[in-house]
Amino acid sequence: MNFDYSDEQKFLKEEARKFLAAKCGADRVRAVLEGDHAYDAELWREVAAQGWLGAAIPEAHGGLGLGHVELCAIAEELGRACAPIPFASTVYFVAEALMRFGSEAQQAKWLPKIAAGEVIGAFATSEGPGPVGAVKTRVTGGKLTGTKIPVTDGDVADLIVALADDGLYLVERGEGVVAEALSTLDPTRSAAKLTFTDAPAERLGDEGGHTAMQAVFDRAAVLLAFEQLGGADRCLEMAKDYALQRHAFGRVIAGYQAIKHKLADIYVKNEVARSNAYYGAWALNSGAAELPLAAAIARVAASEAFWFAAKENIQTHGGVGFTWEYDCHLFYRRSRQLALVAGAPAEWRERLVGQLETRNAA
Amino acid sequence: MDFEDTPEEAEYRAKARTWLENNVAAHERERFPDPLTRARAWQARKTEAGYACITWPKEWGGGGGTPIQSVIFGQEEAKFPSVQAGYFTIGLGMCVPTVMGFADDATKQRFVRPAVRGDEIWSQLFSEPAGGSDVAAIRTRAVRDGDDWIVNGQKVWTSGAHYSDYGIVLVRTNTEVPKHKGLTMFWIDLKSPGIDIRPIHQMSGKSDFNEVYFSDVRVPDAQRLGPVDGGWKVALFTLMNERLAVGGATGVGPADILKLARELPGSDGPLLHDRAFRERLADWWVLAEGLRNTRMRAITALSRGQTPGPESSIGKIIAANQLQQIGNAAIEAEGQFGIIDDPDLAPMKGAFHDAVMWAPGLRIAGGTDEILKNIIAERVLGLPGEIRTDKDVAFKDLPAGG
Ligand SMILES: Cc1cc2nc3c(=O)[nH]c(=O)nc-3n(C[C@H](O)[C@H](O)[C@H](O)COP(=O)(O)OP(=O)(O)OC[C@H]3O[C@@H](n4cnc5c(N)ncnc54)[C@H](O)[C@@H]3O)c2cc1C
Repeated sequence: MNFDYSDEQKFLKEEARKFLAAKCGADRVRAVLEGDHAYDAELWREVAAQGWLGAAIPEAHGGLGLGHVELCAIAEELGRACAPIPFASTVYFVAEALMRFGSEAQQAKWLPKIAAGEVIGAFATSEGPGPVGAVKTRVTGGKLTGTKIPVTDGDVADLIVALADDGLYLVERGEGVVAEALSTLDPTRSAAKLTFTDAPAERLGDEGGHTAMQAVFDRAAVLLAFEQLGGADRCLEMAKDYALQRHAFGRVIAGYQAIKHKLADIYVKNEVARSNAYYGAWALNSGAAELPLAAAIARVAASEAFWFAAKENIQTHGGVGFTWEYDCHLFYRRSRQLALVAGAPAEWRERLVGQLETRNAA
Repeated sequence: MDFEDTPEEAEYRAKARTWLENNVAAHERERFPDPLTRARAWQARKTEAGYACITWPKEWGGGGGTPIQSVIFGQEEAKFPSVQAGYFTIGLGMCVPTVMGFADDATKQRFVRPAVRGDEIWSQLFSEPAGGSDVAAIRTRAVRDGDDWIVNGQKVWTSGAHYSDYGIVLVRTNTEVPKHKGLTMFWIDLKSPGIDIRPIHQMSGKSDFNEVYFSDVRVPDAQRLGPVDGGWKVALFTLMNERLAVGGATGVGPADILKLARELPGSDGPLLHDRAFRERLADWWVLAEGLRNTRMRAITALSRGQTPGPESSIGKIIAANQLQQIGNAAIEAEGQFGIIDDPDLAPMKGAFHDAVMWAPGLRIAGGTDEILKNIIAERVLGLPGEIRTDKDVAFKDLPAGG
């Protein structure tokens, strides 16, 4: 039985934590929150120099060729640091889509650039409120036309994987693509409305639209779950540290049972999320047939854990938790961004049950 | 990150499986209609093959094996429902380890092996009307009389006392000192004169546990476990093992209610098509998987020769509450019919009803939900302990109530 990180993976994770502690303090997150930049370009370069963007990309395509569990370890640390960079869009969505569906030529063209940090990616599926249903985006004669809103990192992406009615397409920034930045709950991650008008598009894989999108979502969901887990762990730590030094009625608030039980509840949810995220990592890394179910389980648990930890962290802080100056809201915001970016928890619950139905019927 | 056995583990598993296939009789239930007789016979067979108390030394009747082997055998044995029984869990999980930890050699020679074989069964007599969570508040008194102690008082919630032979009992030997400092542990023969065991009629209608009354029960000092007035440390040793013994819940789970929901009519087609039901089913599934995968993490630690982390402490809180919710969701889903618990009429022979009626006990036994959260908060997260108004007060001066 080997259901945990290996020693090497733990080492990688520790190094990642140290690196981010030095390079991605709350001041860096706030600089993006409060400034005009869509992301922290310096951190992006540094992360690229570490090789993290290509952790799961094969060496033949310029990556480190480590594997998905290593990428999960990195994701967990990025989540804990609330890193303000387009890592998820580029790596969990676009690189994964390329590795899953790309032709050899497409992989050879794009993966090395992604691994080197030269290309930012975005995954464009949604066209309006509600789950992604029938999409209006169409491709005729190699030209893609339609509107996608919101597209995380769409304003800075060089390479967009867009969902059209018949499948996924690669579209490069430039001709026929107009991006308008959007105001969102989490300004540390940018988002845009993308309008495509006869944008040159290249087919990615030959799966049908929703099947292809869902296959990418399944992979991304596992990696996102690790970011969510990292964020949830950080929230528990913040709440604990604060509760241990804040006094009320003559003693530290950490001694009040309502606070103790609240933090115990966070701990229980985080451990459920961790165990289920590992299950997702196993399925993703081993190419198991259980991936769709494991991804849904990991994502539902992680979304619930991060939301709960983020909101109860604010509650534990009292009034200061509600201020701009305290960092609680950075995680509260990020918990919303991560829970929605690959489809909301309700969609994943539905997908989970759908998987159970087909599995047991078979 | 995988679920694979190491080559040694795989070999052990294969051997265990073959042994189980060869040794569980196809007609185990018919062969031994009485469940206790069946359990004893099975325990004896396991002992001979080295599959009982796998981690204990061979000289005590154990298997001389490793924790991971114990887990592997448990996983394989679980596939044979006809030999599942809980008669020995408390004795072998908590009481006998305490005897092994604190008794002299002669006592161990006399008692450990028969307990391993299932010939003798042990009970844990800690809780009293005066204290379960706060077990240090117990009042059963032991007063020295020459080489003996005379015990008077009452224990309660003693699981299995009615079929047990021996027990470990925590008593008060000193009322002049604060409550934790005046306790002493003994092992006792439950057939001793002056012991009266009365089954408690549980809310479920069954009687798994008992009241145990002590009237001038004579207990030799040689049966003491640990120092006089040093029983709290011994009790903590027992309770440390409790969390490992209680852990896994049995009863209905998400897969059972999924099956029910395929057949049961909902507001529009089968219940399984109901959106609200599907959302809840997803959450139950996530928790059940969370528990299963958390166990896999603990087993991984054992497999690597490490001690499992504190994450295992989440098990009983989740399992007990989930059992209650799933049981209740199932009976509510049946509408008016849900009130019927007749096994001939109710789905799954009334298993959902059983869950509703057993879950309240599981949320209390072996540490209540609230106590377990305190434990997570204090021992895992390092938050301060509860304020104690009784810490420095002599036991005799404490206010009593309840
Ligand atoms: C099925 C079953 C089997 C059992 N088997 C055995 C056995 O074999 N041997 C044995 O010795 N005992 C046994 N018990 C007893 C069990 O350990 C106690 O019932 C349990 O520890 C609770 O103690 P209590 O009943 O005195 O409740 P109390 O301790 O009085 O608790 C009442 C309520 O107060 C809460 N509470 C108490 N202290 C605190 C606190 N500090 N903070 C917050 N809330 C608190 C509790 O959570 C609970 O909700 C068994 C119980 C059950 C239900």
